[in-house]
Amino acid sequence: MNQTMKSFWAGVRAESPLLVGVFPFGLIYGALALGAGLSPAAAQMMSSIVFAGSSQFVAAQLIHDSAPGLVIVLTIAVVNMRHMLYSASVAPYIEHLPTRWKALLAYLLTDEAYAATIIHYEEDGFTPTSHWFFLGAGLALWTTWQVSSALGIFLGAAIPASWPLDFAAPLTFIAMVVPVLKDKPVVAAALSAGTVALLAYSLPFKLGLILAALVGIFIGTYLESRKSQKGAL
Amino acid sequence: MNIWLVMLLAGALTFGMRFSFIYLFGRFEIPATVKRALRFVPPAVLSAIIAPALFMPNNTLDLSWGNYRLMAGVVAILVAWRTKNTLLTILAGMIALLALQVIFH
Repeated sequence: MNQTMKSFWAGVRAESPLLVGVFPFGLIYGALALGAGLSPAAAQMMSSIVFAGSSQFVAAQLIHDSAPGLVIVLTIAVVNMRHMLYSASVAPYIEHLPTRWKALLAYLLTDEAYAATIIHYEEDGFTPTSHWFFLGAGLALWTTWQVSSALGIFLGAAIPASWPLDFAAPLTFIAMVVPVLKDKPVVAAALSAGTVALLAYSLPFKLGLILAALVGIFIGTYLESRKSQKGAL
Repeated sequence: MNIWLVMLLAGALTFGMRFSFIYLFGRFEIPATVKRALRFVPPAVLSAIIAPALFMPNNTLDLSWGNYRLMAGVVAILVAWRTKNTLLTILAGMIALLALQVIFH
């Protein structure tokens, strides 16, 4: 096997433990998207057009709540903002590649592909074929996400409508938020965002959600900058 | 807005953000404040979705014992806190909600 293929399969292998965790999410996403009122085709296409798990859960929740399209688009964008950090982080390693390669790898730049790839770059250093590692990790995740979404859509159609399947979305978000509540600024960001979301719930176009998120982000950032200033004194 | 248009716009924005600094490398640095703020984006956005889903299941504030989604949400928060396991959290919350619905109906 040549070096290119070796790197590719090393990427697939490095990604595989993460796939075990991703697969059930794809299943839940597929079932949830159907329950929220998306057609099977739209639910499946979202997995390849948007291709970002947590934002797809958010989209399903907002479609279920009949939020306006623009608010859904903005919320997905806010949820996916962290990808800019990943983009900045991998940029120096793939700087030499042609734009087509850069665009392909950017499309595949999910949380999980980033995690496996950045560890590879940092531990094994840069090699002439390491973009094939990135591609292997990214494609392994992409394939798993498409297949598990499809299976979820297929199974979701068989789940009785009386089951509160839509509750899977907030539960997933709880599972994502609670473990990161490790310091005061993050707790304050979460609590203030939650409180504002309740107080501003009646604002039109679900704008309360955007307002709540902005307040939470502002309070967290503000408290952290105050803390680091104190630490510097 | 049409759902396909929503998906195309959201997909284009998501791709744009993933491509942003790969494309701009060497020409632009992320300001430090923005870097610091990004850490707070997921907990803030997700909490803003969680709170109404638990406290306002029927679009009005419901703090009663009859609000099963709030009770099941508290169970899920405790499980998430103790185990940090995503699937276990979803399962616990789902089973709690189903059990409450079955027992009290």
